[in-house]
Amino acid sequence: MVFEPKILGFLCNWCSYAGADLAGVSRIQYPTNVRVIRVMCSGRVDPVFIAEAFMNGIDGVLVLGCHLGDCHYINGNYEAELKMKMLSKTLSMINFSDRVRLDWVSAAEGARFAQIVSDFTEHIRKLGPSPVKNKKVKKEIIDNLNAVKFALCDTRLRALVARQRELTTDGNVYGEIIPTEEFEEILDNAIENEIIRHKILEKIKNKGKSVPDIAKEIEIEPHKVLRHIVTLRARGLVDVDQINEEIPTFISIKEV
Amino acid sequence: MSDDDIRIGVFVCHCGTNIGGVLDISELTEYSKTLPNVVYSADNLYTCSEVGLSEIRENIKEHDLNRVIVASCSPRTHEPLFRSTCQEAGLNPYLFEMVNIRDQDSWVHMKEPEKGTEKAKDLIRMGVYKAALLESLEKMQVGVIPSAIVIGGGIAGMNAALNLANQNFKVSLIEKDSELGGLLRHLNKVYPTNEDASIILETRNLVENHKKIDLYKSAVIEKIEGYVGNFKVIILQNKKTLEIEAGAIIVATGAKALSPEGYYNYNGKTIISQLELEGILKENKINTNNITMIQCVGCRNEERKYCSNICCMTALKNAILIKEQNPDANVNIIFRDIQTQGVTYEEYYRRAREMGILFIKYLPEKPPIIKKDRIEVYNEFMNQVIGIPYDLVVLSMPLIANEDSEQLAKMLKVPLEENNFFLEAHVKLRPVDFATDGIFVCGSAHWPADISESISQSNAAASRASTIISKEMLEVEGSTAEVNTDLCVGCEACIKICPYSAISKDEETDTVVVNKVVCKGCGVCGASCPHNAITIHHFTSDQIIAEIVTYGGGE
Repeated sequence: MVFEPKILGFLCNWCSYAGADLAGVSRIQYPTNVRVIRVMCSGRVDPVFIAEAFMNGIDGVLVLGCHLGDCHYINGNYEAELKMKMLSKTLSMINFSDRVRLDWVSAAEGARFAQIVSDFTEHIRKLGPSPVKNKKVKKEIIDNLNAVKFALCDTRLRALVARQRELTTDGNVYGEIIPTEEFEEILDNAIENEIIRHKILEKIKNKGKSVPDIAKEIEIEPHKVLRHIVTLRARGLVDVDQINEEIPTFISIKEV
Repeated sequence: MSDDDIRIGVFVCHCGTNIGGVLDISELTEYSKTLPNVVYSADNLYTCSEVGLSEIRENIKEHDLNRVIVASCSPRTHEPLFRSTCQEAGLNPYLFEMVNIRDQDSWVHMKEPEKGTEKAKDLIRMGVYKAALLESLEKMQVGVIPSAIVIGGGIAGMNAALNLANQNFKVSLIEKDSELGGLLRHLNKVYPTNEDASIILETRNLVENHKKIDLYKSAVIEKIEGYVGNFKVIILQNKKTLEIEAGAIIVATGAKALSPEGYYNYNGKTIISQLELEGILKENKINTNNITMIQCVGCRNEERKYCSNICCMTALKNAILIKEQNPDANVNIIFRDIQTQGVTYEEYYRRAREMGILFIKYLPEKPPIIKKDRIEVYNEFMNQVIGIPYDLVVLSMPLIANEDSEQLAKMLKVPLEENNFFLEAHVKLRPVDFATDGIFVCGSAHWPADISESISQSNAAASRASTIISKEMLEVEGSTAEVNTDLCVGCEACIKICPYSAISKDEETDTVVVNKVVCKGCGVCGASCPHNAITIHHFTSDQIIAEIVTYGGGE
């Protein structure tokens, strides 16, 4: 039997949803795989929604907005673009970035909408079912997606993306503009850190462990692990469990 | 309200054979009954007919429904109708949810009815899960200042101001120049009547002497605040800062001609622009015999993709005027495509041809070359380069957006399109509206328009503005953003991100607040808030995640 991917589409009310309606009015036929959630603006799509979709076994997610410059809300689609770039970086760390696509469809582009849906369906069909559906690796994949979700919910990362346009074009409160490359690097680091921190939390969920032990388990240098532990402690997510022969063990103290 | 209290009614529409001819409606109706919280489900031949609507009303009462779902066409066209039907039956209109099984299902899966029906089941289920989480929302009421501000005193702005003033509204007309009239002041005659531009410019006297119009010339806009019904515009005039209030704003800032400098060896003497020709014709100073015009200079190319709309008719007008004065003159128009749409303009073009004006087509990849004594242009039909002797070359330059349009757009919080012309809310359905309520556009600010277009648009904009300023109170959309002050840490990320400046800091609590009248409910702040402290009503994260989970989980 041919694999029929489950595809979720987030469509903005003013352009892409109208474009999808136009495909209907023009009777342009396309695959039945996509289910649409209408939002007012593509900028409404919180990257967490997409992590949530993958955790629930959805094979691919399309986010469609107005063409850049044509946003009904002036610049909501630019915000969507920044969010999706960050999401894509995060998902690429667990090999999922191929399953999301951001594109632009105007209210006049019914045929373009149908084409994007057809292409994306075919693309996901080729990629095969989401590994979440594979019982053998399900646990690992869900753990990975949880790490992604943890990163996407992280205050610092969200604040970075929310301020990206401001910091890279208008400058910060001191009027300093951060070059885009430098910003990307900061973002990359923040994403990587959050994913590692989540891994650490997973390892010390039920049992206290020492820094060297955690370092061995997740294959990262101990001094780096220690730095993450300090951060996690400051966030109130980790505390000292016991101290054995002057070596402390740490345990996760909050469900994340 | 506890979960047990949710009573959903699902109405599945056949839309004649539009949906019923493809999808299995009875299966969908039966399926709906199996979904949580659904207490009633039925199908209608046309849910939007009076019969269908009264069925909704009756069943809300009979089954005590507190959520209504219609699975039919697009919410973009029919949501307002169904919402008001719910309201008539005493249900808050925001407790209505629409599922699109026609435009995005039966019409696009006509050859796959079974798969289409499966898709419709998913969509209805997603709707049911969202509906269970819908909340009642109230529309806000705001008072309205019964006056308008018109920005720009060209023909469009003057006419819009006159239109409103004649309806007895107070109008403030703001013009950056020291004189009214805009581009019209530089024109000689106007097509297709070939009457003097000065006749049309007489509108200036009407505007200047109108009791209801306050005129602000040589005025620069410093700041625009407020929202529909309550705008405040701060202007600088003669080094004095003035504050003007109004319920609606009309943008009629026009456009300007692209400078011919650098195109086709322009020298301002033998090679001039069409606008300069207007000046020469005005003073009756044309004394050459060989005149050639070149169309589409600096537009319809990579840099400026658009057609400037007015240049074909302008060239025809000036060519005809020259021919009328001096029938022996050789007048040529080198063009790419002549655009003279409609009855009158096409007639004008025929007249030009009959007068012996020569039309020579050129290809964009082989533009004419101006040599010392002749213009060389490749002619596709003859497949050869022809030489045209000239005394005067006239370049048809496009109208381009004003440099300050970007600044004004930012102050008004309205979008521009890629060429920096103002972008309307919908090209067909709302051609003079902006997406921002209470602000309208007309004339060449929107894109190059001739006088008759400018006047029709300005009448349209004035009439749209009057629908606001004639009301004492206005209702504004209830689905907006709301800040949970317990979660907000006052980081202000949302303040910078909000395209409408609807969010501000409450210094006392150190959290932010949303002005519900200004908020358009786009949801960008909610998706960005580092602390998840913003709820986007009617599109809440809970509602969206409920849809996602049930789609993913429901095999």
